[in-house]
Formats: sequence, structure tokens, C-alpha cells
Amino acid sequence: MEWETVIGLEIHAQLNTSSKIFSAAATAYGAEPNTQACLVDLGYPGVLPVLNVETVRKAVKFGLAVGATISRRSVFARKNYFYPDLPKGYQISQYELPIVEGGEVEIVLEDGSRKRVGITRAHLEEDAGKSLHEDFHGMSGIDLNRAGTPLVEIVSEPDMRSAREAVAYMKTIHQLVRYLEICDGNMQEGSFRCDANVSVRPKGEHAFGTRAELKNLNSFRFIEKAINFEVERQIDIIESGGSVSQETRLYDPNKDETRPMRSKEEANDYRYFPDPDLLPVVLDDAFLEQIAIGLPELPAAKRQRFCAEYGLSEYDADVLTTSRELADYFERVVASSGGDPKLAANWVMGELSGALNKAGLDIGASRVSSAALADLLRRIADNTISGKIAKEVFEAMWEGEGAADDIIAARGLTQITDSSAIEQIIDEVMTRFPDQLGQFRDGKDKLFGFFVGQVMKATSGKANPAQVNELLRRKLAG
Amino acid sequence: MHTKTLAELSAALQAREFSSEALTGHYLERIGRLDPALNSFVTVTADEAMAAAAAADRRIAAGEAGPLTGIPIAHKDIFCTSGVRTSCGSRMLDNFVSPYDATVVARLKAAGVVMLGKTNMDEFAMGSSNETSFYGPVRNPWDTARVPGGSSGGSAAAVAARLAPGATGTDTGGSIRQPAALTGITGLKPTYGRVSRFGMIAFASSLDQAGTLTASAEDAALLLGAMAGFDDKDSTSVDREVPDYSLHLNDSIAGLRVGIPVEFFDEGLAGENRVRIEQALDVYRHLGCEIVEVSLPNLALSVPTYYVVAPAECSSNLSRFDGVRFGYRSEQSGDLFDMYSRSRGEGFGDEVKRRIMTGTYALSAGYYDAYYLKAQQARQLISADFKAAFEKVDVLMGPTTPTPAFEIGAKTADPITMYLNDIYTIGVNLAGLPGMSIPCGLVDGLPVGLQLMGPAFAESRLLQTAHAYQKETDWHRQLPAADFG
Repeated sequence: MEWETVIGLEIHAQLNTSSKIFSAAATAYGAEPNTQACLVDLGYPGVLPVLNVETVRKAVKFGLAVGATISRRSVFARKNYFYPDLPKGYQISQYELPIVEGGEVEIVLEDGSRKRVGITRAHLEEDAGKSLHEDFHGMSGIDLNRAGTPLVEIVSEPDMRSAREAVAYMKTIHQLVRYLEICDGNMQEGSFRCDANVSVRPKGEHAFGTRAELKNLNSFRFIEKAINFEVERQIDIIESGGSVSQETRLYDPNKDETRPMRSKEEANDYRYFPDPDLLPVVLDDAFLEQIAIGLPELPAAKRQRFCAEYGLSEYDADVLTTSRELADYFERVVASSGGDPKLAANWVMGELSGALNKAGLDIGASRVSSAALADLLRRIADNTISGKIAKEVFEAMWEGEGAADDIIAARGLTQITDSSAIEQIIDEVMTRFPDQLGQFRDGKDKLFGFFVGQVMKATSGKANPAQVNELLRRKLAG
Repeated sequence: MHTKTLAELSAALQAREFSSEALTGHYLERIGRLDPALNSFVTVTADEAMAAAAAADRRIAAGEAGPLTGIPIAHKDIFCTSGVRTSCGSRMLDNFVSPYDATVVARLKAAGVVMLGKTNMDEFAMGSSNETSFYGPVRNPWDTARVPGGSSGGSAAAVAARLAPGATGTDTGGSIRQPAALTGITGLKPTYGRVSRFGMIAFASSLDQAGTLTASAEDAALLLGAMAGFDDKDSTSVDREVPDYSLHLNDSIAGLRVGIPVEFFDEGLAGENRVRIEQALDVYRHLGCEIVEVSLPNLALSVPTYYVVAPAECSSNLSRFDGVRFGYRSEQSGDLFDMYSRSRGEGFGDEVKRRIMTGTYALSAGYYDAYYLKAQQARQLISADFKAAFEKVDVLMGPTTPTPAFEIGAKTADPITMYLNDIYTIGVNLAGLPGMSIPCGLVDGLPVGLQLMGPAFAESRLLQTAHAYQKETDWHRQLPAADFG
């Protein structure tokens, strides 16, 4: 039988506010355990939560960016369960009335095809602390630094049909939250993570199969592997006559498998009810308009503009808009080099990206600034140097030897464009290789390249290649 | 000194008739001598009180004093007090020393009051008789075989016995007004949001409100003025100017329209209590008020509504008492869930457990709509009844309780009879409105309270109305026998 996979994702994106969602404690990652938890985060008797409005702005930004309905009135609710890293015994979240409802994003698959994925809702909530089971013999440590960190939970429709689509969707949301500057997207630190609801059904069937919820998916690679494992597992169960049970499963990257969570880790009835300590969040038109005006150009729009304005291919536009920083860098290069966008695109995607990758750096930490790269590209455009020499200059710039012009001057790399000078060198070469000259003139056309190479060698590569070609052709002909 | 009202003490301190040290020492002496018979204090902070009194005297001498500088008061042990045990009447917090001051405590401290100590209360404010306290029942100074009411029973008994000229309390379903009525003092529960809840250990967040227990309305006006106002640490506190409550106390109330809800005069109201209330209404007629009958048709829903909403909220509010970070932790703990169930099982008393279970049930999947949601709807109906009544009248009046103080142990066996003692007070909490109880006579030597209710933020009007009565009568000046026979 042919099976169809159905996947929906719940993405938790940590909002990059400086303080927590309901307290003034800092949110910075990596502090000593329990040093960034105030009495509110610790759930002390008598303390009360006060909403950090910045988190509302960021959630609204996300909602507007995916074309969602922003609820004019949303309500915080308590999700009740006991766990040591949940100090109050409840998590403040949104349940019946989330701040963002509906919306969709377009994902681009590896083969270039596009697909729309619906967003059911996105709501604000606080993160829990962390239980630390290592380093404590037979005991658990609790770090409440993360308790109260603001999250937006983005719930998708069950629109994805393969692990690859799920990854593409995850990457699209990842790109979006970083464009919007609402989340740093750091998956290693857990700032961007997801749970996946996975089920299978016979192809053509409309009803959903029983789903399993996969937890602990904190890298693109793990999402793909975990879903693929789970799909195989479910198909095996059904094909051998069993049935899938609805449960929460944990992905174990070391064993590359999913396994059911212990029942104690899985609370059944959260007894949600509106949190009486917090007023409903009521938003007016002015608030939403102010945020709408401040929205940056989004990835899809930027991609289209790059194609239209710079004449780039869809592929190039896709690559250059991966992040806002890269796109901005590219546009600064085009603007200050005043030259060919395609040349700029090739350099940014080629030499620059290669160097960044090799050094493991982000575009923001590039050792060659956009202005410096633009200077270099101008020297290609005005024939001061050839593209080949430019690569040598770029390497020197990357190593910190200075600006393009300084390196060109210091190394004497200026291109020879003086025709008489080139002609003189050609004459010398022709004199030096009479046998080859004879063979060429007898019809051995392939030797043309040999002569080009000799001329370039004699000028240390500095002769203008186009001029060399043209003059050689004339002179060799006799 | 202790026969003076708080307002009179304030005037005497300003006039340097005696020092705050002398006054504070006097009350501490009374507490030491008389409280063993009442058990109204859980903690007495004598040293801190004397130091604060000395500091107050220096401010008075320097001419920097306000009306509350040097006035000793007691705080209900539900308010967090920095460096002082804050037990909430529970074994769960018997070892809890708060690292911070509640906003109410901080504001009163800033106004110069001297804290004498922390008063006994029903455990986590759950009770109407002060019998659920881990520290034992409080006794009513009018008859020590009887309860003082609850949950602010310690504050009420202390003020009634003049072990303090005033005290703070909290009122979730009547916990200030009911004990004030049963001990013959003046209790004020302000509008929900008028006073910050920050640092007040939560019982039912949508109903809890801090207020005052004092001898007179004039005293209440002084304390409320210092406590009230917006607090950016409490999202449900209201950003609205605090009037000078003392300024208009003496305004005439002639022409005031007083509504009498017929539902307050049902068969549950004891005959003698009814007589005292009617006599009080006569005083208001005499003062030029117009007395009209009104109806709050959904008032009968208030007790069942309250006993869904309050337990639901408390079941969640009390989850933080898990033995992990503070409070009681069972010595016997095995694994994590064993630690939870033993710590909570041993740390909480029966009434608290009863309400946590009731509330957990009301919020459970499959029951939420039938209980919690239904209760919210009933709450809307009750609020609408009050709103409609206040379109016709300026204040509502009725009894605070159906009967005078009952005997210790009389109602502990049957929680429902106990819950019905709050029948007249709960409506105001559900509607978020201000309410007061003022003493209006004795029945068999036991005090009876008249309840005053107003529209939102009408505290000033209630205080005027109460003060007008207290200028005409002296019930608020009557004290229990000195030896609490």
C-alpha cells in the first residue's frame, strides 16, 4: 500500500527581549544557574506577573508578517501541572484566545517548487526552567534562569507531507523570525525549537491517522531524521496489523530513534483557565498600525525585488535573501560599486561566502566589508585588474593586508592595457617561439591558447585578457 | 491610651501628648498580657516595633510627621513582611521568612506606621471562623467561647480588644466585614483594584482585596488613604487617583438614597439581628436619607458561584507550595511525586485541601463548562444586579451576617453551614465592589454589624455614610469586658 505522511509543527521561538515576559529579570543566555531569576520567576508567595509589552509587539509583528488575524483581545491562561522546573505549578500561556490566528507562509522545496503552509495560531507564553539530571548523583538540579523567558508558539496546520517539507517550513519560519528581529534563531541554545505531530494514512484517504507528538527537535537535521524514523515506525506497525497509539515520543539523536515518554512526564489534564492576575491584552488600531509601518521587507518580497530590480535568477535571489544581513550586504556592494549586480552577486555568493564558510563566520563578522568589496569590484569594472587577479587581491584583503587599491599598487597588479606595450610583449613571444608560430600558421589553431598563456606569463597575468586576445589574433595572422 | 481611636491617637501624637514609644510600649504590654486568652497574634515584633517607634518620634520631633507617623498597627499574616515570618496561618509557611514587603506593608511603612506584629488568620484565608489556622483558633474578645469570624479573625479580635488601634485584613468573600461584624468593629473592603495585591499571598486572585479593620470609619479613611493606589507590580490594580478620604468625611448625607435589598432579609436572618439593622436604618432616616427597597434577584447564586470560582483559583494559586523552593517539605520524601504529595498532604490543613480538591474538580476536563464557566456567567448576572440597583440608589444596606458570633466548634463539622455564614458578604466580592461593616448594636451581649455597599470606587461615599452614623451612635466605642469574660 502507498502511504501518505501528515505533519504539523509547533515551533517555539524565544522572543529576544532583554527582560522576561512577566518580570524584570534578564533573559541573557548562559548565566550562572539561578542568577537571572527574581522572586516573580521563582514563584514566591504573593508575587504577581506584569506583562512585558515588548513581547506583544513582537508577536504582533510575526502575525502581520504571515498575514494572520491579530486578536484585538487575547487572554492569558494558566496551564496547570506540577514539575520542579515550573515554579508556580502552572505555566502562563494563551489558550482559547491567542494573540495571532490564521495566516500562512510559502515554502520553497529543494527542487524549486513552492507550497503554502497554513498557520493555525501563534500565542505568547512563558518558558519553564531547566531540570539538570547530570552532575547531581541521584538528585536533580533546577536552574530557573530560563523560567519566564518569553516564547511565541507557532502552530501550523497539518499541511506538510514529508520530512523535507517540514524542514523547509521550519527554515522558512526561522528565516522569518530573524528577518523580523524577534528571535535570534539560535537552535543550539534552544531559542528556536519544535515539536512535530506526525501521522500516516493510506494515500487518497481523507481522515487523519493517529498521531504521535515528537519532542526535543532542536536541529533541522534531527527534525528530518526523527520524522523519517517515526513514519517508518508507524507504517511498520500498521502493516503488521497493529495500530498507532496517540502519545508523546522523545527523539534520541544518539540512537536515532523515537521512544515514548514516561507517563509521569506527560500530564493529562492541564485545567486551563484565564489567569486572574493578568488583564486581557486589548490592542487598538493605532498600536497595530505603528507595528505594521515598522515591518521590514520580508524574504518573499525581497526575493522578488532582487529578481526584478537586479535581473538575478531565482536561485541567486533565494541565496542572497537567506538572511537580512546577507541581502543588505549585497545591496550595499551593488550601490557602492555602482556596477553590475550580477558581478556583485557572483562575488558575494562565491568568494565571500566561501571565505566566510571556511572561517565559520557570519556575514556580520566578515573580514571584508561591503565597501571594501565594492572597491575591488570597481577595479574589475574599470579594467584596472582582471577577475582572476581580483581573486588574489580578495584573498589579501581577507588576510587583512589593506584596501584593494593598496594591494594592487603594492603588488604591482595593475592591468596592462597599453596596446603598444602588449604588442611589444607579443612580438617578443613570437620571436621566442618560432616553431610554434610556424605550426600555428600552418593551421594548428589550438596553439592560440599557448600564445595567450605565454603573454600572460610574461606579464605576470596583468595584461588585459581581451586586448591580448585581440592583438594576438591580429599579429599571429601575420 | 488604648480607648482612643486611631484618629484620636494621631492627633495626640501630633500634639506630643505622648510619644510613639510610649504608645507602642502600651500596646505591646497589652498584647503580652491579654493575647494569651485570644491568640490573635501569630508573631509579635516587639523589638522592631520599639525601634520603629523611636524613629517615628524623631520624625515627629523634626516636624516631618504625617497623620500615621508613629501609629502602631498589626498586619494580617497574609501580607509579606521583609525579614519577618509570613505564615498565612499554615504549617506550609511556618518556616517562611519573606524576603520582601507587600506593597500594602511598604506603603504603610512609608507613611510611618509601626508594625506590632502579624495576626492570626484562617489558613490561606480559607474560613469564616478562624478555626482553620495552624496556630489554633482565635477567640472573640466579647465571649472567648465564640469565634471572632474569619478569615481576618486575628486582626478583628486584636482591634476589638484594643491590642492595636487598627489592622490590615483581606476580604475574598467577607473576610474583613464578617469578623468586623462579629467583634463589633469597623471593617472596610475596598473596590477590587483599589489596593495593590502585590505581596498579599493569593487565595482567589479575582476576588482578593486588602482593606482595614479599625474602631471607626474615620480611622479607616486614614489607613485606606495610605494603602490605596495604582501599583505597577499588580496588573489588576487600577490607575485612578486616590481621593483624600478624610477630607469629606463630615459632608452631610441628607438626601442619600439607601437601597435595602429584600434578599438580605430572608428567613436566614436572626430576629434580633433584624431588629438591630432596622434600628440602624431609623438612624439614617433621621439623618435625612431616603430608604427604598431594591432587589438583587440573583443573589441566591452568590454562594454556589463563589464556591466554584474561589476554589478553582486557589487550586492553581496554591500549586507553588510544593516543597521545592520554600515552605514545608516532608522529611519522609521518596521520589519527586512522593515529595509533592507528602509535603502538601502534611503542610496543608483540611479546609485548604477541601478547597483545592473542589477547585481542581471544577476546572477538570469535562467539568469546566458545567462549573467554572457557569459560575463566571452567574457572576456576570450578580454584577448586573448590583449595577441595576446602583442606578436607583447611592448605597445599599443590610446585615453583614445572619447571626452574631457562634461558638467555637459549632460549625466545623458541616462546611456548608459555615459557608452560608458568608451569604450576605460574597456578592460584593463577586461584583468587585466596596463594602463596609460597622457595629450597630448588641444581641445577647454580642456585636451585630450593619453592612454598607457602594458602586465601584465609592469608598469615600461609604466612609461618609458610616461616619455620619458613628457621629450619632456610640456602638463603635463599646468595648468588650476588660477580662474578656
